[in-house]
Amino acid sequence: MARVADERQSLFSFFKDQLRPRGKLITPFNVISIPVIIAGVIILFFRFTQGLGATTNLSQQNPWGIWIGFDVVTGVAFAGGAYVLTFAVYVMRMDKFHPIIRATVLNGFLAYVFYAGALVFDLGRPWHVINPVIGNAFGYNSVLFLVAWHFMLYMTAEFVEFSPVITEWLGLKKARRVANSLTLAAVILGISLSTLHQSGLGALFLMAKPKIHPLWYSEFIPIFFFVSSIFAGISMVIFESTISHRVFKMQMGPGSHERLNEIIIGLARGATIAMFVYYFFKALIFIHDDQWALIKGFWGAWYLTEVLGFVLVPMVLFAYGSRHKAVGIIKIAAVLTLIGVLLNRLNISVIAFNWNVADKYIPHWMEIVVTLTVVFSEIWIFRWIVNRMPVMREPGALGSPNRKRELQSLN
Amino acid sequence: MNRRNFFRLSGMASIALMAKTAEASHGPRPGAPEFWGVLVDTTRCIGCRSCEVACGEENGMFVPDVENDGALETLRTTDETQWTVVNHFETSKGDVFVKRQCMHCWQPACTAACLTKAMEKTELGPVIWHENRCMGCRFCMVSCPFDVPKFEYDSWNPKIQKCIMCWHRTSVGDKPACVESCPTDALIFGHKRDLMEIARMRIYNHPEKYVHKIYGEHEVGGTGWLYLSAVPFEEIGFRMDLGTTPYPEYTKDFLYGVPLVLLGFPALLAGMNLMTRPENDEESGVHGE
Repeated sequence: MARVADERQSLFSFFKDQLRPRGKLITPFNVISIPVIIAGVIILFFRFTQGLGATTNLSQQNPWGIWIGFDVVTGVAFAGGAYVLTFAVYVMRMDKFHPIIRATVLNGFLAYVFYAGALVFDLGRPWHVINPVIGNAFGYNSVLFLVAWHFMLYMTAEFVEFSPVITEWLGLKKARRVANSLTLAAVILGISLSTLHQSGLGALFLMAKPKIHPLWYSEFIPIFFFVSSIFAGISMVIFESTISHRVFKMQMGPGSHERLNEIIIGLARGATIAMFVYYFFKALIFIHDDQWALIKGFWGAWYLTEVLGFVLVPMVLFAYGSRHKAVGIIKIAAVLTLIGVLLNRLNISVIAFNWNVADKYIPHWMEIVVTLTVVFSEIWIFRWIVNRMPVMREPGALGSPNRKRELQSLN
Repeated sequence: MNRRNFFRLSGMASIALMAKTAEASHGPRPGAPEFWGVLVDTTRCIGCRSCEVACGEENGMFVPDVENDGALETLRTTDETQWTVVNHFETSKGDVFVKRQCMHCWQPACTAACLTKAMEKTELGPVIWHENRCMGCRFCMVSCPFDVPKFEYDSWNPKIQKCIMCWHRTSVGDKPACVESCPTDALIFGHKRDLMEIARMRIYNHPEKYVHKIYGEHEVGGTGWLYLSAVPFEEIGFRMDLGTTPYPEYTKDFLYGVPLVLLGFPALLAGMNLMTRPENDEESGVHGE
């Protein structure tokens, strides 16, 4: 009995210790993010007590704003790296990418929890969010029904993929074996689900045919969304791992810098191919539908900006960078690609949506603050986990003595 | 991958299939009653807006002051307080008044969009909204080609507002309030088959009076509300570029592909994993830990 009480005591003090903040409080990120998060929470209070009209510029003409267009539609595309990399590492056994797999899966999981979770802020009647799950009203011929279910199942799959890390953190040997044995199945399910809900996000706009500018509307939107989620995800992985490498440098072993550069060059090759497929298909449709006549005025120029400036240019940079091992150029290409995917998603969901309507939607500053709140909160949780669990660093041996030693080495 | 993993995987895949996408069957089932609809003859409408008043009173919505509000001066759309509005157009054939409301499509985009079945195409034709199911995602508003569903942005407990063709009346075979209130018989309530005959007869008997088109006959796959006009429909605020395809068709191909991917991809991926397994790798299906 005494031992059990002892164990409980030590578990309690373990969690208490883990919850204690680490590192300096006054950092540039904290100074910016804390006020924004506080403001965001206050705004959300008004949003839930006074309705969406109090904090957003949404209207009857423009029912979806940046909470959908950026948080959900773009955020999920950026989170595509998790399924791309788990495919490479677990299905194709490309060992090269293994060092960044845990951080990528964690990022994917958190992105879904936060960005897809931000959907709840946008729902007018969020207390009914459970309806499509509990089965009193299965609208299964709705694309959104499919997307909602896939979000939930995918979050579960991502959690399972990440769970070995949690078991290592807690020093649970048996649970780790179970968690490990589930990984491949979760990966395979996760990739299948990702294929469908990445494209499903595009399929949401298929019925908005008369509202989206013809340069952006195509019956192939789902395929475009899927293919672009591959290079969006890869670019995000390059971007995120570059930053993580600086911030969490002390957690990584020797030689990690060279290893990361090799990884980034490999990722750039993948992105080049995916972008080529995307661009080729886009050009094919452009020519087949004879869309030359649409290239005029603001919308024509805006379309070319997106497709040439932020797809073709970064594709060439990726190809050049991976061929000449120029990691700096690859990083520039990754940022351009991210901007391009952001433009594409916002164009379809917000900017070129109702393009010919006088009442244009421009996001309210409070919508932007809430969006930033979501992004910053995700980064906070990401940092909290990386500082405590073996995400970046090599996993130590299991068991509580090691756990303690690990903790000591961290502090 | 060993056998255990295989079973685990197929178990998870079958759970995923619960999100299956059943056939999008929007049309009436065989033997179902015919859909109700309304024929609007805009040549008969005098712009008295009795229908607006009747609608507001019948459904507990805003009742406009038609004598004094001067609402015909501006082009209005229905909103979250009014399910129907009458607009005034100055056309090549003089003043035309057009009543607008939900078109009650035969295969509505809004019901195909709704993931909780809050929007329902009833067996009798009217498209109605269930408050206890709706989660307020506004996908119906995004999808509706006529921009009909409206949302209460200024409420913490918002509703979707749209004409339900007075469901409490039409469900027992009574006319909607607007039709009942119309003093010039510009509105006729009936089954589409009968309404089409009336509409065609009017066009044939008075070819000089009407354009030879019945709006809603084929638009977006056919609508419950049909319109006759003396002038081309573009001139009185109708979109002519909506096509004749029922809107749920646009997502049908995608939804049909879903079960294929959910069944095919796991097998494909598992196969790829086996193909890349080194010869000496005995057991571990899980790689790299």
